[in-house]
Amino acid sequence: MEKYAEQIHRCFRCGWCKFTSDYLDLNCPSYKRFRFDTFSTSGRLWLTYAWLRGELEWSEHLAEILYSCTTCKNCVEQCPMGFADDIVDWIVGARSDMVEKGKIPPRVAHFFEAIHGYGNPLKLLRSDRGAWANGTKRYEPGDEYLFYVGCLGSYDENAQKMAMSLAELLNEAGVSFGILGSEENCCGNEVYMLGEIGLFQVLAETNSQKFKELSVKKIVTLSPHAYNTMKNTYPGFGANFEVYHYTQLLYDLIKKKKVKLSQNKAKVTYQDPCFLGRYNKIYDEPRRILQSIPGIELVEMERNREDSFCCGGGSGNFIMDLLAGGEDSPSRVRVRDAYETGADTLAVACPSCMTMFVDAIKAENLDAKLTVRDISQIVKESLASR
Amino acid sequence: MSDMYEALVKIVGKNYVSNQKEERYFYGRDPGLMSPHEPDYVVMPRTTEEVQKIVKLANKEKIPVVPKGGGLALTGLVIPLKGGIVMDMKRIDKILEVNERARYVIVEGGTTEGGLKSYLEKHHPSLRHSIPDAPPIATVVANAVIHGQGRLTQQYGFNSDMVTGLEVVLPTGEICRIGSCSISKYWFSRGAPMPDLSGLFLGWLGTTGVITKMGLKLYPRKKIRDVEVFVTDKEDLVPDILFKLTHTEMVEDINIWCQPHPPMFRENHHVTILITGDSEEELQFKKKMIWDALQEYIDSKDGGFMWVMPDAKPTFLEMPLESLSKFADVRKGGGFEYSGPIVLAEDYPECSRKLAELAVKYKLTYSGMVRVIGRSHCIMFGFAYTFNRADLDEMDRVRKALHEVAEFALEQGGTHWKPTVDEQKMMMERMDPDTLKLMGKIKGLLDPNGIMNPRNWEVG
Amino acid sequence: MLALEFDETKCANCKAVSCLVKCQYMDLDKDEAKIEWQKVIKSEDSPVLDACTTCYACEEYCPFGNHPFYLIVERQEERGMFTAPRPITKQWINMCEPAGKFRLGKVKEQALSFCFIPALRSLARGRLFESALPSWILGAEFFCNVVYLHFAKTSVIKDRLPKITENIEKQGIKELICLHDECYGSFNSLAPAYGIKVPFKTTHYFEYLYNKLKEHKDAIKPLNVEVAYQRNCSARLVPETDHFVDDIFGLIGVDRVEREYDGENALCCGEIIRMVKGYKLADDVQKRNIDDIVNAGAEYCVFNCPFCYMALAEKMAKRGIKPIHIIDLCKLAIGEKPALEVG
Ligand SMILES: Cc1cc2nc3c(=O)[nH]c(=O)nc-3n(C[C@H](O)[C@H](O)[C@H](O)COP(=O)(O)OP(=O)(O)OC[C@H]3O[C@@H](n4cnc5c(N)ncnc54)[C@H](O)[C@@H]3O)c2cc1C
Ligand code: SF4
Ligand code: SF4
Ligand code: SF4
Ligand code: SF4
Repeated sequence: MEKYAEQIHRCFRCGWCKFTSDYLDLNCPSYKRFRFDTFSTSGRLWLTYAWLRGELEWSEHLAEILYSCTTCKNCVEQCPMGFADDIVDWIVGARSDMVEKGKIPPRVAHFFEAIHGYGNPLKLLRSDRGAWANGTKRYEPGDEYLFYVGCLGSYDENAQKMAMSLAELLNEAGVSFGILGSEENCCGNEVYMLGEIGLFQVLAETNSQKFKELSVKKIVTLSPHAYNTMKNTYPGFGANFEVYHYTQLLYDLIKKKKVKLSQNKAKVTYQDPCFLGRYNKIYDEPRRILQSIPGIELVEMERNREDSFCCGGGSGNFIMDLLAGGEDSPSRVRVRDAYETGADTLAVACPSCMTMFVDAIKAENLDAKLTVRDISQIVKESLASR
Repeated sequence: MSDMYEALVKIVGKNYVSNQKEERYFYGRDPGLMSPHEPDYVVMPRTTEEVQKIVKLANKEKIPVVPKGGGLALTGLVIPLKGGIVMDMKRIDKILEVNERARYVIVEGGTTEGGLKSYLEKHHPSLRHSIPDAPPIATVVANAVIHGQGRLTQQYGFNSDMVTGLEVVLPTGEICRIGSCSISKYWFSRGAPMPDLSGLFLGWLGTTGVITKMGLKLYPRKKIRDVEVFVTDKEDLVPDILFKLTHTEMVEDINIWCQPHPPMFRENHHVTILITGDSEEELQFKKKMIWDALQEYIDSKDGGFMWVMPDAKPTFLEMPLESLSKFADVRKGGGFEYSGPIVLAEDYPECSRKLAELAVKYKLTYSGMVRVIGRSHCIMFGFAYTFNRADLDEMDRVRKALHEVAEFALEQGGTHWKPTVDEQKMMMERMDPDTLKLMGKIKGLLDPNGIMNPRNWEVG
Repeated sequence: MLALEFDETKCANCKAVSCLVKCQYMDLDKDEAKIEWQKVIKSEDSPVLDACTTCYACEEYCPFGNHPFYLIVERQEERGMFTAPRPITKQWINMCEPAGKFRLGKVKEQALSFCFIPALRSLARGRLFESALPSWILGAEFFCNVVYLHFAKTSVIKDRLPKITENIEKQGIKELICLHDECYGSFNSLAPAYGIKVPFKTTHYFEYLYNKLKEHKDAIKPLNVEVAYQRNCSARLVPETDHFVDDIFGLIGVDRVEREYDGENALCCGEIIRMVKGYKLADDVQKRNIDDIVNAGAEYCVFNCPFCYMALAEKMAKRGIKPIHIIDLCKLAIGEKPALEVG
């Protein structure tokens, strides 16, 4: 993490990173929400540099500025400089310095405590982790896929429904898979993004070890966040398995006609999750799934794909919600975007997006007009056999 | 002081005022080389009325107010040199009206260049504005306030020449409308045929009021744009090349650039010629006129068109140009600054030699960036030097080089553009004394308590 | 200093003076040609030196393997002449100046040369390159430099080419597969003409493609299209490689249309002419070339040189002809995606 300290002064505070690629809108969620330049990418980088040089003392406000970044990577996409790819790493680096010095906002500290104590950020019992599963098979060596459900999928009411519909679909398609239930542990993606690298290492190592013991060859994740860390970071911890996001697997099953679809009339718009889109360039599979359902009309929000606007939930904010409050909070902005398309359904492929949008729709009084559905739910409702 | 904070909160709401040290640190600096000075408050109003209330309050309390857009002028113009309030205008960012047939737009005081560009592309695809190459977060009003230049400047002059009306909050709190909009619902003229009062605000660097609305001329957007780059190794030929090019009246924008890196650009001067047309035929016709105008240099082997490969074209055609911002990272250090005096085209040779000479003297990496203003009526010669923000010595050397540029530019008979406080002083020292007195009178009349962007354009 | 091996006696005995008589840009009969050519040989003023568009063609027109074009370039440079404008010449010389940046794959005894053309790296993908691909070189340090013939600067070639061959040899390369036609020309025509030693074997990528296609014969689905071929300037240096074009076309089932500007009568892509002579001649050459392709009923135009592709692709596409590099054409035949596309 030393590298960031030597590089961070390179930001010119030119602000390209505030926008979408066509400048149609402000696209850094925390800048959009707070509007002080300090809450944009350059604000974070300049203030961190000042802090490193001793020009500015640590304060809770400083830490909040740093932690209100959702690590959505819009800045990485838009910054024209040669270092663009490293920006989020720099932010994570700065956070890890703050973690090491014990200087983090209380809400972030609570997040870590919860993971330490409960293996999930919601402080719910480990033993209840598989409670949603309702007879879903436990993973055994020999099963083709381990279905990694993640913290939200395990505990959050709405995300649980995603997990259930996906499990049902996989069963329907005859996929051999199992879950870990109460033996599952947090994937660590958020912990990493929040800069608690030590805790992340423990999580990554124990998870990898467990997967190895169970001879896991393929993992399918509900959450793009878990997909991201398992695919891109776990290999550094000796992990050796294939990782898929469920939309990839589902699209494959549809192509192979293992999942057969019938008419389902709806006008749907789709939210690209940052950890699926900008992080892993998976833009097409979710859209193809929706487009293969007869009767579904897919309409795009103005900002989509690389230019998609973050739901505001990244970097643990689906729990901590440092960007909440007011009509400029990213999730509320985004459901308005969705509503403007004329869609009746906002399709998601991520439990964080799901949680954020369910609340935002209420706050915007759009309950009667727009519903959030996970892609697995939409597919389940469109099954031909029903 | 905390009364002031509470009063500001009352005006704009708690979320949009800060007196915390993080905001004060950040808003006390710009990306350039000027020394920092921190504000006491940063405020982000949303409406003209909020601006008015803030200014009235500040005037009563005699606290400085510095309006800030993107903060990208680079010359310290938004650094609050006497503290007080920095008013970040970027929340007042609506596009209020486009009159398609009369080809003008009314924007708010903090509407961004990027925002206006994409709005027009989406809603009025036959219209465009003269977008500068500043990063897209730069604001349309601030750009006119500093007499910026954009893609249509060769055809229609400084971007401030395109202003068709203003709404201004005066330092004493009155809200004035300037131009046709002062008597009509239309914003087609900033003055003519009445007295043109826009001169009380444009070029004044926010020292005479806060502009909350502005009318701006729009121009036809042709369907196709293309680029040619004419290259010569004789800087002395550039003025003549520009004269011939502008004579064709076939060109959109003309930029000239010279820089030693990467090596393929060494020793040469490059004239970027942008062309537009609604059809291939129109484009080809214009190109032929341009080629013919410059044929004599090709025959004498002194100049020629470089082959711009198809994959390199977007680098020249995009608006704004990303490549200019990237110059800040050439030394892997997040900074560049340029002094951009307005000089005659015939000064190009001397300016380009000076640019390179100073680079050698101060061991700097340079780029000359020039934009032709009008039909070669004058040019903006940007003496740009890049620096590593972590290298204090290098930053100091850039400062020294730019100081030499400032003196040199005045000796050439030029004027400073978006001048630093020091450059403003240098100009005022040379200014006709009665003119200077007039400036002083105007400033004193409009801003009796000297609250607006103090130390800038401060006469005597 | 390296010197051109040019045999004046061959010219003294030459009746046809094909070098100049066949030139597409000069209108000289045999007698005039003989006179002018003698002036060139004797280093006297001749309009030939001005009129030459640097199309390379006379290298191939000479039936005796003399090097008329190289001699013209020598004479131009001797007189301090510039073919292209001086600043453009400088630009090209500076652009490709070696700077000690070696861009290498895992170089083995057999290596692909991408010259100094990143587009070649994008082209060399897929099954046809699978086995060879890890071993490649790219960059100014490996740039053949032949292009300076267009700029009347053999001095640059003489200065740089020996170092380039040394750079290649130092990588331990025993066989270089040249993906840039001009590289192959430089090692097999220009280098010998100047007595520059080439201490490694060179293989033209045509030959490589042909052999690879044979290996993948089962994967080939004949394309059944009519194509025109854009024969480039450097092909004139190594006409012995021409037959591979038809051999490859045969393997992948494409039909080469007959047209006026093919073979010896091929037309330059025009962009060098634009630099050297201005837009009028360049536009004329490009128009005649494309008209000819359209009239011949071709669906595709197949390119050997990536620069010809860049010069003409868009213009052809606008006329309904699909431009394609021959590597991409081969990939297409085995069901792979082309790398270079217009738009
Ligand atoms: C890479 C790069 C390229 C550039 N290229 C160009 C170019 O091509 N053309 C060009 O013209 N400039 C260019 N610039 C310079 C500058 O960025 C632009 O002119 C830009 O438009 C300034 O806008 P801003 O919002 O950043 O102004 P700021 O720096 O925020 O403000 C400039 C001045 O305007 C005053 N001001 C701001 N808002 C108001 C208001 N509402 N009412 C009254 N006063 C106000 C401020 O107090 C200040 O004095 C470039 C800069 C960079 C960094
Ligand atoms: S992160 Fe990049 S785009 Fe954003 S302000 Fe810094 S340099 Fe500019
Ligand atoms: S990652 Fe997203 S939230 Fe964080 S600074 Fe970049 S754009 Fe803003
Ligand atoms: S160069 Fe060749 S063709 Fe020309 S005169 Fe000499 S021998 Fe004949
Ligand atoms: S190079 Fe071409 S133009 Fe020049 S003399 Fe030879 S054939 Fe003619």
